[in-house]
Amino acid sequence: MNEEKHVLSIMVDNQPGVLSRIAGLFSGRGYNIESLCVAETMDSVVSRLTIVTKANLPLIEQIKKQINKLINVIKVHELTGSDYVEREMALIKVNAKPEHKAEILRIVDIFRGKIVDVGTEHYTIEVTGTDGKLKALLSLLKPIGIKEIARTGAIAMFREGK
Amino acid sequence: MKLTGAQILMKMLKEEGVDTIFGYPGGAVIDIYDELSRTDFRHILVRHEQGAAHAADGYARASGKVGVCLVTSGPGATNAVTGIASAYIDSIPIVIITGQVPTHLIGNDAFQEVDIVGITRPCTKHNYLVSKIEDLGRIIREAFYIARSGRPGPVLIDIPKDVARGMLAFKVPKEEIRLKSYNPTYQPNMKQLQKVIKLIEKAESPMIFAGGGIILSGAAKELTEFARTTQIPVTASLMGLGGFPGSDPLWMGMLGMHGTYRANMATSVCDLMIAIGVRFDDRVTGKTDAFASQAKIVHVDIDPTSIRKNVPVSIPVVGDCKITLNALNELLKEADLSELAENRGKWLKQIQDWKRAAKLKYQHSDKVIKPQYVIEKLYELTKGEAIITTEVGQNQIWAAQYYHFDKPNHFITSGGLGVMGFGLPAAIGAQAACPDKLVVDVAGDGSIQMNIQEMATAIQHRLPVKVVILNNRYLGMVRQWQELFYDKRYSHTSMEFAPDFVKLAEAYGALGLRATKPEEVESVLREGLFSDRTVIMDFKVEPEESVYPMVPAGAPITEMLL
Ligand SMILES: Cc1cc2nc3c(=O)[nH]c(=O)nc-3n(C[C@H](O)[C@H](O)[C@H](O)COP(=O)(O)OP(=O)(O)OC[C@H]3O[C@@H](n4cnc5c(N)ncnc54)[C@H](O)[C@@H]3O)c2cc1C
Ligand SMILES: Cc1ncc(C[n+]2csc(CCOP(=O)(O)OP(=O)(O)O)c2C)c(N)n1
Repeated sequence: MNEEKHVLSIMVDNQPGVLSRIAGLFSGRGYNIESLCVAETMDSVVSRLTIVTKANLPLIEQIKKQINKLINVIKVHELTGSDYVEREMALIKVNAKPEHKAEILRIVDIFRGKIVDVGTEHYTIEVTGTDGKLKALLSLLKPIGIKEIARTGAIAMFREGK
Repeated sequence: MKLTGAQILMKMLKEEGVDTIFGYPGGAVIDIYDELSRTDFRHILVRHEQGAAHAADGYARASGKVGVCLVTSGPGATNAVTGIASAYIDSIPIVIITGQVPTHLIGNDAFQEVDIVGITRPCTKHNYLVSKIEDLGRIIREAFYIARSGRPGPVLIDIPKDVARGMLAFKVPKEEIRLKSYNPTYQPNMKQLQKVIKLIEKAESPMIFAGGGIILSGAAKELTEFARTTQIPVTASLMGLGGFPGSDPLWMGMLGMHGTYRANMATSVCDLMIAIGVRFDDRVTGKTDAFASQAKIVHVDIDPTSIRKNVPVSIPVVGDCKITLNALNELLKEADLSELAENRGKWLKQIQDWKRAAKLKYQHSDKVIKPQYVIEKLYELTKGEAIITTEVGQNQIWAAQYYHFDKPNHFITSGGLGVMGFGLPAAIGAQAACPDKLVVDVAGDGSIQMNIQEMATAIQHRLPVKVVILNNRYLGMVRQWQELFYDKRYSHTSMEFAPDFVKLAEAYGALGLRATKPEEVESVLREGLFSDRTVIMDFKVEPEESVYPMVPAGAPITEMLL
């Protein structure tokens, strides 16, 4: 059966050790984590984890049930398959030789990014978007020379009915 | 009133109805032990912390209550881990209290510090580090609630020394426990149950596969009624033995790797399998593609993760076994079962034919003791009334095959983890829970040496458990695999160097008996079982006897070596 990308949004008790319960569940059972993001929600006793994983259908069902079974997990939502917004931020440090500077600025502009740090030989770009957008940007910057990348991993939410 | 952490612990244990604690003291729990000396809990001092966890497990299974053990930090806690992992995979409710170094030293590699919460995260249902005394009362209540509710399991509470010594104005919490993130489903979906009834009405060759969930939810009576009303034959996992009477004509015996011919054959051709409180372990299914491949599978389980984990399921029912079976029994009163007797005739006859074709059997001998014969005699002499615990290996499977369990909570075995050394401490726990019962540990000569030190515990606390050693001078189950699949290369499975178990029993202050010939078996059993002392009976059995039927690992379960 086909492995596909699944985005899970998980509400958990905001307590020490909860992240390691979830990470331990994934590693212990051999599930894959593409990315993981965690931070407090509006309710300070609840945190939201966004996990992107790859799995076939029976496995993603099992993964969701296993996560739900953890005592500190309040709710698991699968966003994939419904209408949702997904964003990820990346910081990308690129070589900025004089002959490339204009082109870099143009690309950054097209992708609605920002230059957040400038040196004689480099630019650091800040950009947010979906995984697809970041990949597209990276593929354009690659020939110019990427020195370093830091990505946050995806965060996501259901869209509200109109 | 101001109480210390240790006093709060004692008070809360009383509140939870605890009467017996299996434990071992040490620096990090010395304050708790000091307080314990001023209470009337029955404390059973084990000789190794692994024994404490297994004893709590045995106690829980025999009594249906939560078992409790108390151990110190560091090595005390790590010693208990095997017992915790065994209870976890077998879904047994125990609460483990571990001491921890004082909170200000945590993370400093302090003396006897280990991160036991980290270590046991994957083998507990839940665990807690109590970081402040204000949380202690609530955590203890939650721990017991989580351990016993839903799918039961072990819960560990790690109490730093300064929390145990701290002071707090304490009132026992009384309000209902509500955990927003934990809410097990007990009530089955009635629509699903209607579908199950429809399937039962139509099925030509249905069977029931019962498991540990039946024992855990106390549903043996309901299961028996259900099976008898619908005239559906029953098999069970190793963990489900006793959930349905072994003497009932509908009983097919255990299924799986060492299952009976008829149970495994029925599984492969049945058109409906009603699986209740089971988790389709690989020891049961063999090759999953070939398992019950003709059948619609109904799966009742309180834990959604058990469902569709290993086999596809037609009708999933999330709910408690007892409540679900009660509901089904109610629905059956309305169902059309008029042609049942007629419909089932052929199927039940087929099962009888399989039974005749390949009964559980072994080659009798009048020269050397056959291990199966010892279990048959044990069954006869105890009239099937004893609580049987087992070690792991051949001894365990012979006990399962030849002791015909009629009642639940009478077979206590480490099924999922298969821990050698489980049986003796588990027997101690069961005996502590049921002082009037005969409790017998069916052991191998290898396994018994893994926790033999608990003999001293049994003697000290006057727990007259009986150990029946099926002494084959081999790590028999491994030897059997070597015989069958590794051309008889018996690599390091000889146990020729072993103590004289009779003298060893005597050294501990127990009664030691030995049988070396078949004609001695009965008299040794009689003397040992009906003695009021702790006893070791050493049966020198056929060294190279093997367990049959056997399905090679990963093969379809119809491919039995008989
Ligand atoms: C050497 C050796 C050989 C073995 N050979 C065999 C063999 O031949 N055949 C065999 O069957 N086993 C064998 N076993 C045991 C095997 O490893 C498993 O332990 C066993 O099959 C599991 O039994 P179970 O499916 O009943 O699940 P259990 O481990 O007993 O799990 C219970 C299930 O019931 C559910 N449950 C719990 N409470 C409730 C409730 N209140 N309501 C509803 N559901 C509930 C749980 O969620 C879980 O899914 C062997 C073990 C060893 C060590
Ligand atoms: C703690 C532990 N170590 C190793 C094993 C692997 N193992 C399974 S059965 C077995 C042999 C058991 O020998 P014995 O206790 O003599 O019982 P027998 O099979 O001979 O009845 C072994 C070594 C195990 N189950 N548990």
